[in-house]
Amino acid sequence: MFHSLGKYILLLRLSFRKPEKFSVYWAEIMREMVSVGIGSLGIVAIISLFIGAVATIQTAFQLISDFIPKTVVGGITRDSTILEFSPTISALVLAGRVGSAMASQIGTMRVTEQIDALEIMGVNAPGYLISPKIISGVTMIPLLVIVSVGLGLTGGYIACWASNDVSTTDYMRGLTDGFNPVIATVCAVKAISFGFVITSICSYQGFYVNGGSLEVGQSATRGVVWSCIMILFCDLIISRLLL
Amino acid sequence: MIEIQDVYKTFGENEVLKGITAIFHPGKNNLIIGGSGSGKTTLLKCIVGLHEPTKGDVIFDGENFTNMNFEQRVPIRTQIGMLFQNSALFDSMTVEQNIMFPLNLFTNQTKAEKLDRANFCLERVNLAGKNKLYPSELSGGMKKRVGIARAISMQPKYLFVDEPNSGLDPVTSILIDELIAELTAEYSITTVVVTHDMNSVMGIGDHIIFLHQGKKWWEGSNKEIAKTDNKELNNFVFASPFMRAAKASL
Repeated sequence: MFHSLGKYILLLRLSFRKPEKFSVYWAEIMREMVSVGIGSLGIVAIISLFIGAVATIQTAFQLISDFIPKTVVGGITRDSTILEFSPTISALVLAGRVGSAMASQIGTMRVTEQIDALEIMGVNAPGYLISPKIISGVTMIPLLVIVSVGLGLTGGYIACWASNDVSTTDYMRGLTDGFNPVIATVCAVKAISFGFVITSICSYQGFYVNGGSLEVGQSATRGVVWSCIMILFCDLIISRLLL
Repeated sequence: MIEIQDVYKTFGENEVLKGITAIFHPGKNNLIIGGSGSGKTTLLKCIVGLHEPTKGDVIFDGENFTNMNFEQRVPIRTQIGMLFQNSALFDSMTVEQNIMFPLNLFTNQTKAEKLDRANFCLERVNLAGKNKLYPSELSGGMKKRVGIARAISMQPKYLFVDEPNSGLDPVTSILIDELIAELTAEYSITTVVVTHDMNSVMGIGDHIIFLHQGKKWWEGSNKEIAKTDNKELNNFVFASPFMRAAKASL
Protein backbone atom coordinates (compact mmCIF):
# COMPACT_ATOMS: atom_id res chain seq x y z
CA MET A 1 0.00 0.00 0.00
CA PHE A 2 2.70 2.52 1.09
CA HIS A 3 4.99 1.21 -1.66
CA SER A 4 2.29 1.91 -4.26
CA LEU A 5 1.59 5.34 -2.79
CA GLY A 6 5.29 6.17 -2.98
CA LYS A 7 5.49 4.98 -6.60
CA TYR A 8 2.39 7.04 -7.42
CA ILE A 9 3.89 10.21 -5.91
CA LEU A 10 7.24 9.67 -7.65
CA LEU A 11 5.46 9.12 -10.97
CA LEU A 12 3.56 12.38 -10.51
CA ARG A 13 6.84 14.17 -9.81
CA LEU A 14 8.36 12.73 -12.99
CA SER A 15 5.24 13.66 -14.95
CA PHE A 16 5.70 17.35 -14.24
CA ARG A 17 9.39 17.61 -15.10
CA LYS A 18 10.33 20.32 -17.61
CA PRO A 19 9.17 19.22 -21.08
CA GLU A 20 11.73 18.56 -23.82
CA LYS A 21 9.81 20.79 -26.22
CA PHE A 22 6.70 22.64 -25.14
CA SER A 23 5.09 22.72 -28.61
CA VAL A 24 5.02 18.90 -28.82
CA TYR A 25 3.48 18.65 -25.35
CA TRP A 26 0.96 21.39 -26.20
CA ALA A 27 -0.25 19.41 -29.21
CA GLU A 28 -0.67 16.37 -26.98
CA ILE A 29 -2.59 18.39 -24.36
CA MET A 30 -4.99 19.65 -27.05
CA ARG A 31 -5.51 16.12 -28.35
CA GLU A 32 -6.29 14.86 -24.84
CA MET A 33 -8.63 17.78 -24.18
CA VAL A 34 -10.64 16.95 -27.28
CA SER A 35 -10.71 13.28 -26.30
CA VAL A 36 -11.80 13.94 -22.69
CA GLY A 37 -14.05 16.95 -23.32
CA ILE A 38 -15.76 16.44 -26.66
CA GLY A 39 -15.56 12.66 -26.41
CA SER A 40 -17.43 12.57 -23.11
CA LEU A 41 -19.99 15.26 -23.85
CA GLY A 42 -22.66 12.84 -25.09
CA ILE A 43 -22.66 10.50 -22.11
CA VAL A 44 -22.48 13.39 -19.62
CA ALA A 45 -25.40 15.14 -21.35
CA ILE A 46 -27.59 12.04 -21.27
CA ILE A 47 -26.98 11.16 -17.62
CA SER A 48 -27.34 14.78 -16.52
CA LEU A 49 -30.72 15.25 -18.20
CA PHE A 50 -32.08 12.04 -16.65
CA ILE A 51 -30.61 12.64 -13.19
CA GLY A 52 -32.01 16.20 -13.11
CA ALA A 53 -35.43 14.95 -14.14
CA VAL A 54 -35.44 12.09 -11.65
CA ALA A 55 -34.18 14.32 -8.82
CA THR A 56 -37.02 16.78 -9.47
CA ILE A 57 -39.72 14.10 -9.63
CA GLN A 58 -38.52 12.38 -6.44
CA THR A 59 -38.13 15.63 -4.52
CA ALA A 60 -41.62 16.70 -5.56
CA PHE A 61 -42.99 13.27 -4.51
CA GLN A 62 -41.46 13.58 -1.03
CA LEU A 63 -42.54 17.18 -0.46
CA ILE A 64 -46.23 17.05 -1.34
CA SER A 65 -47.74 19.02 1.51
CA ASP A 66 -49.82 22.16 1.82
CA PHE A 67 -47.35 23.52 4.34
CA ILE A 68 -44.34 23.41 1.98
CA PRO A 69 -44.17 25.88 -0.90
CA LYS A 70 -43.74 24.22 -4.29
CA THR A 71 -40.72 26.42 -5.06
CA VAL A 72 -38.70 24.35 -2.58
CA VAL A 73 -38.50 21.55 -5.18
CA GLY A 74 -36.52 23.81 -7.54
CA GLY A 75 -34.19 24.88 -4.74
CA ILE A 76 -33.48 21.33 -3.59
CA THR A 77 -32.96 20.09 -7.13
CA ARG A 78 -30.55 22.96 -7.81
CA ASP A 79 -28.49 22.41 -4.66
CA SER A 80 -28.33 18.63 -4.96
CA THR A 81 -27.47 18.84 -8.66
CA ILE A 82 -24.70 21.39 -8.17
CA LEU A 83 -23.32 19.89 -4.98
CA GLU A 84 -23.55 16.19 -5.62
CA PHE A 85 -25.22 14.81 -8.71
CA SER A 86 -23.35 16.70 -11.40
CA PRO A 87 -19.78 16.53 -10.06
CA THR A 88 -19.88 13.12 -8.40
CA ILE A 89 -22.08 11.10 -10.76
CA SER A 90 -20.36 12.65 -13.80
CA ALA A 91 -16.97 11.81 -12.28
CA LEU A 92 -17.98 8.21 -11.59
CA VAL A 93 -19.17 7.84 -15.18
CA LEU A 94 -16.04 9.56 -16.52
CA ALA A 95 -13.84 7.23 -14.45
CA GLY A 96 -15.37 4.40 -16.47
CA ARG A 97 -15.18 6.13 -19.82
CA VAL A 98 -12.05 8.29 -19.69
CA GLY A 99 -10.10 6.51 -16.94
CA SER A 100 -10.30 3.03 -18.38
CA ALA A 101 -9.32 4.34 -21.83
CA MET A 102 -6.27 6.11 -20.37
CA ALA A 103 -5.16 3.07 -18.34
CA SER A 104 -5.53 0.74 -21.32
CA GLN A 105 -3.82 3.14 -23.73
CA ILE A 106 -0.77 3.60 -21.50
CA GLY A 107 -0.80 -0.08 -20.50
CA THR A 108 -0.83 -1.17 -24.15
CA MET A 109 2.05 1.20 -24.87
CA ARG A 110 3.94 -0.40 -21.99
CA VAL A 111 3.46 -4.02 -23.08
CA THR A 112 4.21 -3.23 -26.74
CA GLU A 113 7.48 -1.49 -25.73
CA GLN A 114 6.32 1.92 -27.00
CA ILE A 115 7.18 3.44 -23.60
CA ASP A 116 10.63 1.82 -23.79
CA ALA A 117 11.00 3.38 -27.25
CA LEU A 118 10.20 6.82 -25.81
CA GLU A 119 12.74 6.36 -23.02
CA ILE A 120 15.44 5.19 -25.43
CA MET A 121 14.91 8.36 -27.47
CA GLY A 122 15.54 10.42 -24.33
CA VAL A 123 11.89 11.42 -23.86
CA ASN A 124 10.58 11.74 -20.32
CA ALA A 125 7.84 9.13 -20.87
CA PRO A 126 5.74 9.99 -17.76
CA GLY A 127 5.85 13.66 -18.72
CA TYR A 128 4.90 13.07 -22.34
CA LEU A 129 2.17 10.52 -21.62
CA ILE A 130 0.73 11.46 -18.23
CA SER A 131 0.97 15.24 -17.78
CA PRO A 132 -1.22 16.04 -20.84
CA LYS A 133 -3.84 13.64 -19.50
CA ILE A 134 -3.84 15.20 -16.03
CA ILE A 135 -3.97 18.73 -17.47
CA SER A 136 -6.86 17.77 -19.74
CA GLY A 137 -8.63 16.12 -16.78
CA VAL A 138 -8.40 19.11 -14.46
CA THR A 139 -9.53 21.51 -17.18
CA MET A 140 -12.13 19.57 -19.15
CA ILE A 141 -13.89 17.69 -16.34
CA PRO A 142 -14.89 20.97 -14.60
CA LEU A 143 -16.22 22.22 -17.94
CA LEU A 144 -18.16 18.99 -18.38
CA VAL A 145 -19.55 19.42 -14.86
CA ILE A 146 -20.75 22.95 -15.74
CA VAL A 147 -22.52 21.51 -18.78
CA SER A 148 -23.88 18.74 -16.56
CA VAL A 149 -25.30 21.24 -14.06
CA GLY A 150 -27.02 23.17 -16.85
CA LEU A 151 -28.48 20.05 -18.39
CA GLY A 152 -29.46 18.58 -14.99
CA LEU A 153 -31.50 21.68 -14.18
CA THR A 154 -32.95 21.58 -17.70
CA GLY A 155 -33.90 17.94 -17.09
CA GLY A 156 -35.73 19.05 -13.94
CA TYR A 157 -37.58 21.71 -15.92
CA ILE A 158 -38.64 19.16 -18.54
CA ALA A 159 -39.84 16.81 -15.76
CA CYS A 160 -41.96 19.61 -14.24
CA TRP A 161 -43.40 20.50 -17.63
CA ALA A 162 -44.17 16.86 -18.46
CA SER A 163 -45.50 15.69 -15.10
CA ASN A 164 -47.29 18.77 -13.70
CA ASP A 165 -46.22 17.75 -10.16
CA VAL A 166 -44.73 21.22 -9.84
CA SER A 167 -45.43 24.09 -12.21
CA THR A 168 -42.50 25.29 -14.31
CA THR A 169 -42.99 28.77 -12.84
CA ASP A 170 -42.58 27.44 -9.28
CA TYR A 171 -39.60 25.37 -10.37
CA MET A 172 -37.88 28.36 -11.97
CA ARG A 173 -38.60 30.55 -8.94
CA GLY A 174 -37.13 27.82 -6.69
CA LEU A 175 -34.00 27.64 -8.85
CA THR A 176 -33.30 31.35 -8.54
CA ASP A 177 -34.34 31.93 -4.92
CA GLY A 178 -31.78 31.88 -2.12
CA PHE A 179 -28.78 30.81 -4.16
CA ASN A 180 -25.66 30.46 -2.01
CA PRO A 181 -22.47 30.92 -4.13
CA VAL A 182 -20.53 28.58 -1.81
CA ILE A 183 -22.15 25.59 -3.48
CA ALA A 184 -20.70 26.67 -6.84
CA THR A 185 -17.24 26.85 -5.22
CA VAL A 186 -17.67 23.40 -3.70
CA CYS A 187 -18.79 22.07 -7.09
CA ALA A 188 -15.71 23.55 -8.80
CA VAL A 189 -13.31 22.18 -6.16
CA LYS A 190 -14.89 18.75 -6.46
CA ALA A 191 -14.74 18.77 -10.27
CA ILE A 192 -11.06 19.76 -10.36
CA SER A 193 -10.15 17.20 -7.68
CA PHE A 194 -12.07 14.42 -9.41
CA GLY A 195 -10.41 15.31 -12.72
CA PHE A 196 -7.01 14.92 -11.10
CA VAL A 197 -7.96 11.70 -9.29
CA ILE A 198 -9.33 9.96 -12.40
CA THR A 199 -6.48 10.85 -14.75
CA SER A 200 -3.59 10.36 -12.34
CA ILE A 201 -4.75 7.06 -10.83
CA CYS A 202 -5.65 5.50 -14.17
CA SER A 203 -2.41 6.69 -15.77
CA TYR A 204 -0.45 5.22 -12.85
CA GLN A 205 -2.21 1.87 -13.22
CA GLY A 206 -1.47 1.80 -16.95
CA PHE A 207 2.14 2.95 -16.63
CA TYR A 208 3.21 0.10 -14.36
CA VAL A 209 1.54 -2.77 -16.21
CA ASN A 210 3.62 -5.90 -16.44
CA GLY A 211 2.70 -8.71 -18.78
CA GLY A 212 0.28 -8.77 -21.70
CA SER A 213 -3.26 -7.98 -22.79
CA LEU A 214 -4.81 -9.68 -19.75
CA GLU A 215 -2.84 -7.44 -17.39
CA VAL A 216 -3.75 -4.35 -19.45
CA GLY A 217 -7.44 -5.17 -18.91
CA GLN A 218 -6.85 -5.76 -15.22
CA SER A 219 -5.02 -2.44 -14.90
CA ALA A 220 -7.94 -0.61 -16.50
CA THR A 221 -10.34 -2.27 -14.06
CA ARG A 222 -8.09 -1.43 -11.10
CA GLY A 223 -7.81 2.15 -12.33
CA VAL A 224 -11.59 2.56 -12.50
CA VAL A 225 -12.19 0.90 -9.10
CA TRP A 226 -9.54 2.95 -7.31
CA SER A 227 -10.70 6.14 -9.04
CA CYS A 228 -14.29 5.54 -7.91
CA ILE A 229 -13.20 4.87 -4.33
CA MET A 230 -11.00 7.98 -4.26
CA ILE A 231 -13.73 10.12 -5.87
CA LEU A 232 -16.13 9.18 -3.07
CA PHE A 233 -13.44 9.69 -0.43
CA CYS A 234 -12.54 13.15 -1.83
CA ASP A 235 -16.27 13.95 -2.06
CA LEU A 236 -16.61 13.32 1.66
CA ILE A 237 -13.50 15.29 2.59
CA ILE A 238 -14.35 18.31 0.41
CA SER A 239 -17.96 18.37 1.62
CA ARG A 240 -16.83 18.19 5.23
CA LEU A 241 -14.20 20.92 4.82
CA LEU A 242 -16.08 23.39 2.65
CA LEU A 243 -19.70 23.13 3.81
CA MET B 1 32.65 2.47 -29.38
CA ILE B 2 30.70 0.90 -26.52
CA GLU B 3 32.43 -0.83 -23.63
CA ILE B 4 30.63 -2.96 -21.10
CA GLN B 5 32.67 -3.73 -18.04
CA ASP B 6 31.87 -6.56 -15.66
CA VAL B 7 28.09 -6.09 -15.87
CA TYR B 8 25.92 -8.00 -13.42
CA LYS B 9 22.15 -7.92 -13.29
CA THR B 10 20.03 -9.54 -10.64
CA PHE B 11 16.23 -9.75 -10.41
CA GLY B 12 15.42 -10.72 -6.83
CA GLU B 13 17.28 -13.97 -6.22
CA ASN B 14 17.82 -14.59 -9.92
CA GLU B 15 21.23 -13.52 -11.21
CA VAL B 16 20.69 -13.10 -14.96
CA LEU B 17 24.01 -11.53 -15.99
CA LYS B 18 27.21 -12.63 -14.33
CA GLY B 19 30.05 -10.28 -15.09
CA ILE B 20 29.83 -9.60 -18.82
CA THR B 21 32.68 -7.62 -20.36
CA ALA B 22 32.85 -6.72 -24.05
CA ILE B 23 33.76 -3.99 -26.51
CA PHE B 24 31.59 -3.10 -29.51
CA HIS B 25 33.40 -1.23 -32.28
CA PRO B 26 31.90 1.26 -34.77
CA GLY B 27 31.17 0.13 -38.32
CA LYS B 28 30.76 -3.47 -37.20
CA ASN B 29 27.73 -5.65 -36.71
CA ASN B 30 28.11 -6.80 -33.12
CA LEU B 31 25.85 -9.75 -32.43
CA ILE B 32 24.78 -11.06 -29.04
CA ILE B 33 23.56 -14.62 -29.36
CA GLY B 34 22.46 -17.29 -26.93
CA GLY B 35 19.62 -19.57 -26.00
CA SER B 36 16.33 -18.45 -24.45
CA GLY B 37 16.92 -17.13 -20.94
CA SER B 38 20.65 -16.69 -21.47
CA GLY B 39 20.41 -12.95 -20.74
CA LYS B 40 20.70 -11.45 -24.25
CA THR B 41 17.79 -9.02 -24.00
CA THR B 42 18.64 -8.17 -20.39
CA LEU B 43 22.17 -7.28 -21.47
CA LEU B 44 20.81 -5.11 -24.30
CA LYS B 45 18.43 -3.36 -21.87
CA CYS B 46 21.31 -2.77 -19.44
CA ILE B 47 23.37 -1.21 -22.24
CA VAL B 48 20.63 1.20 -23.35
CA GLY B 49 19.59 2.06 -19.78
CA LEU B 50 16.17 0.39 -19.68
CA HIS B 51 17.56 -1.75 -16.84
CA GLU B 52 20.17 -0.49 -14.40
CA PRO B 53 23.04 -2.99 -13.98
CA THR B 54 23.36 -4.31 -10.43
CA LYS B 55 27.12 -3.91 -10.84
CA GLY B 56 29.46 -2.87 -13.63
CA ASP B 57 29.64 -0.03 -16.15
CA VAL B 58 28.47 0.76 -19.65
CA ILE B 59 30.68 3.30 -21.41
CA PHE B 60 29.72 5.12 -24.61
CA ASP B 61 32.83 6.63 -26.25
CA GLY B 62 34.53 7.23 -22.91
CA GLU B 63 31.40 8.50 -21.09
CA ASN B 64 30.17 6.31 -18.26
CA PHE B 65 26.44 5.96 -19.03
CA THR B 66 25.70 3.94 -15.88
CA ASN B 67 26.66 6.76 -13.52
CA MET B 68 24.57 9.41 -15.31
CA ASN B 69 21.14 10.67 -14.24
CA PHE B 70 18.19 11.08 -16.64
CA GLU B 71 19.14 14.59 -17.83
CA GLN B 72 22.82 13.67 -18.34
CA ARG B 73 21.80 10.65 -20.43
CA VAL B 74 19.66 12.65 -22.87
CA PRO B 75 22.54 13.80 -25.16
CA ILE B 76 23.72 10.17 -25.49
CA ARG B 77 20.19 8.89 -25.94
CA THR B 78 19.61 11.24 -28.87
CA GLN B 79 22.51 9.43 -30.54
CA ILE B 80 20.92 6.03 -29.96
CA GLY B 81 18.55 4.37 -32.39
CA MET B 82 16.77 1.20 -31.44
CA LEU B 83 14.67 -1.32 -33.30
CA PHE B 84 12.47 -3.33 -30.96
CA GLN B 85 11.38 -6.92 -31.38
CA ASN B 86 7.80 -5.86 -32.19
CA SER B 87 8.94 -2.57 -33.78
CA ALA B 88 7.23 -0.49 -31.02
CA LEU B 89 5.82 2.01 -33.50
CA PHE B 90 3.43 4.55 -32.00
CA ASP B 91 -0.04 3.28 -32.95
CA SER B 92 -1.68 6.69 -32.95
CA MET B 93 0.81 8.16 -35.42
CA THR B 94 1.32 7.64 -39.14
CA VAL B 95 4.60 6.27 -40.52
CA GLU B 96 5.76 9.81 -41.26
CA GLN B 97 4.82 11.08 -37.79
CA ASN B 98 6.63 8.14 -36.19
CA ILE B 99 9.83 9.00 -38.04
CA MET B 100 9.50 12.74 -37.40
CA PHE B 101 8.73 12.27 -33.68
CA PRO B 102 12.34 12.41 -32.38
CA LEU B 103 13.09 15.24 -34.83
CA ASN B 104 10.14 17.22 -33.42
CA LEU B 105 11.39 16.79 -29.88
CA PHE B 106 15.13 17.18 -30.21
CA THR B 107 15.85 19.35 -33.23
CA ASN B 108 14.94 22.86 -34.33
CA GLN B 109 14.48 21.87 -37.96
CA THR B 110 11.66 23.38 -40.00
CA LYS B 111 8.71 21.21 -40.95
CA ALA B 112 10.02 20.95 -44.53
CA GLU B 113 13.45 19.81 -43.31
CA LYS B 114 11.90 17.20 -41.05
CA LEU B 115 9.70 15.97 -43.87
CA ASP B 116 12.74 15.74 -46.16
CA ARG B 117 14.57 13.69 -43.53
CA ALA B 118 11.55 11.40 -43.05
CA ASN B 119 11.28 10.87 -46.81
CA PHE B 120 15.00 10.16 -47.04
CA CYS B 121 14.79 7.58 -44.23
CA LEU B 122 11.76 5.95 -45.86
CA GLU B 123 13.54 5.76 -49.19
CA ARG B 124 16.57 4.27 -47.44
CA VAL B 125 14.42 1.40 -46.13
CA ASN B 126 12.56 1.04 -49.48
CA LEU B 127 9.26 2.36 -48.19
CA ALA B 128 9.01 5.60 -50.17
CA GLY B 129 5.44 6.88 -50.40
CA LYS B 130 4.14 5.01 -47.36
CA ASN B 131 4.14 8.21 -45.27
CA LYS B 132 0.45 8.34 -44.45
CA LEU B 133 -0.10 4.72 -43.47
CA TYR B 134 -0.70 3.78 -39.85
CA PRO B 135 1.24 0.90 -38.20
CA SER B 136 -1.90 -1.25 -38.22
CA GLU B 137 -1.88 -1.07 -42.05
CA LEU B 138 1.69 -2.42 -42.35
CA SER B 139 3.00 -5.98 -42.62
CA GLY B 140 5.53 -7.31 -40.07
CA GLY B 141 8.47 -6.67 -42.40
CA MET B 142 7.28 -3.15 -43.23
CA LYS B 143 6.91 -2.37 -39.51
CA LYS B 144 10.51 -3.46 -38.96
CA ARG B 145 11.65 -1.24 -41.79
CA VAL B 146 9.71 1.74 -40.43
CA GLY B 147 11.27 0.96 -37.04
CA ILE B 148 14.70 1.13 -38.68
CA ALA B 149 13.75 4.37 -40.46
CA ARG B 150 12.72 5.90 -37.11
CA ALA B 151 15.90 4.60 -35.48
CA ILE B 152 18.13 6.26 -38.09
CA SER B 153 16.15 9.51 -38.36
CA MET B 154 18.42 11.25 -35.83
CA GLN B 155 21.56 9.94 -37.58
CA PRO B 156 22.54 7.79 -34.59
CA LYS B 157 26.06 6.80 -33.60
CA TYR B 158 24.73 3.67 -31.91
CA LEU B 159 22.09 1.28 -33.26
CA PHE B 160 20.53 -1.43 -31.09
CA VAL B 161 18.39 -4.12 -32.60
CA ASP B 162 16.39 -6.66 -30.61
CA GLU B 163 15.50 -9.85 -32.49
CA PRO B 164 15.18 -8.24 -35.95
CA ASN B 165 14.06 -11.47 -37.61
CA SER B 166 11.39 -12.66 -35.20
CA GLY B 167 8.11 -13.34 -36.97
CA LEU B 168 9.52 -12.68 -40.44
CA ASP B 169 9.81 -15.02 -43.42
CA PRO B 170 13.38 -16.01 -44.41
CA VAL B 171 13.53 -13.67 -47.42
CA THR B 172 12.37 -10.62 -45.45
CA SER B 173 14.72 -11.60 -42.61
CA ILE B 174 17.69 -11.52 -44.96
CA LEU B 175 16.56 -8.16 -46.38
CA ILE B 176 16.36 -6.69 -42.86
CA ASP B 177 19.82 -8.11 -42.00
CA GLU B 178 21.29 -6.67 -45.18
CA LEU B 179 19.71 -3.30 -44.46
CA ILE B 180 21.18 -3.24 -40.95
CA ALA B 181 24.60 -4.23 -42.29
CA GLU B 182 24.47 -1.58 -45.06
CA LEU B 183 23.49 1.20 -42.64
CA THR B 184 26.19 0.12 -40.18
CA ALA B 185 28.90 0.27 -42.84
CA GLU B 186 27.54 3.40 -44.57
CA TYR B 187 27.33 5.59 -41.44
CA SER B 188 29.96 3.77 -39.36
CA ILE B 189 27.41 3.08 -36.66
CA THR B 190 28.18 0.93 -33.62
CA THR B 191 25.48 -1.68 -34.12
CA VAL B 192 24.51 -4.24 -31.49
CA VAL B 193 22.07 -6.94 -32.58
CA VAL B 194 20.45 -9.47 -30.26
CA THR B 195 19.46 -12.53 -32.25
CA HIS B 196 19.21 -16.28 -32.31
CA ASP B 197 18.75 -16.44 -36.05
CA MET B 198 21.59 -18.45 -37.57
CA ASN B 199 21.21 -16.79 -40.97
CA SER B 200 21.99 -13.46 -39.29
CA VAL B 201 24.89 -14.96 -37.38
CA MET B 202 26.50 -16.40 -40.48
CA GLY B 203 25.49 -13.50 -42.75
CA ILE B 204 26.36 -10.32 -40.85
CA GLY B 205 28.16 -11.41 -37.66
CA ASP B 206 31.38 -9.35 -37.77
CA HIS B 207 31.74 -9.71 -34.01
CA ILE B 208 29.73 -12.25 -32.04
CA ILE B 209 29.30 -12.75 -28.32
CA PHE B 210 27.73 -16.01 -27.18
CA LEU B 211 26.00 -15.87 -23.81
CA HIS B 212 25.37 -19.02 -21.82
CA GLN B 213 23.86 -19.09 -18.32
CA GLY B 214 24.40 -15.35 -17.94
CA LYS B 215 28.10 -15.47 -18.80
CA LYS B 216 30.08 -14.59 -21.91
CA TRP B 217 30.91 -18.08 -23.12
CA TRP B 218 32.56 -17.33 -26.45
CA GLU B 219 33.58 -14.35 -28.58
CA GLY B 220 34.63 -14.25 -32.21
CA SER B 221 33.41 -13.68 -35.77
CA ASN B 222 31.13 -15.59 -38.14
CA LYS B 223 34.24 -16.98 -39.85
CA GLU B 224 35.52 -18.39 -36.57
CA ILE B 225 32.23 -19.80 -35.35
CA ALA B 226 32.28 -22.80 -37.70
CA LYS B 227 35.72 -23.83 -36.51
CA THR B 228 35.20 -23.49 -32.78
CA ASP B 229 35.32 -26.51 -30.53
CA ASN B 230 33.28 -24.79 -27.81
CA LYS B 231 30.73 -27.47 -26.90
CA GLU B 232 27.89 -25.20 -25.73
CA LEU B 233 28.26 -22.91 -28.73
CA ASN B 234 28.29 -25.84 -31.14
CA ASN B 235 25.20 -27.28 -29.45
CA PHE B 236 23.48 -23.93 -29.91
CA VAL B 237 24.57 -22.99 -33.43
CA PHE B 238 24.53 -26.45 -34.95
CA ALA B 239 21.45 -27.72 -33.15
CA SER B 240 19.62 -28.89 -36.27
CA PRO B 241 20.73 -31.83 -38.48
CA PHE B 242 20.80 -29.42 -41.44
CA MET B 243 23.28 -27.10 -39.72
CA ARG B 244 25.40 -30.06 -38.60
CA ALA B 245 25.51 -31.29 -42.20
CA ALA B 246 26.40 -27.81 -43.38
CA LYS B 247 29.24 -27.65 -40.85
CA ALA B 248 30.52 -31.07 -41.91
CA SER B 249 30.64 -29.96 -45.53
CA LEU B 250 32.76 -26.88 -44.69
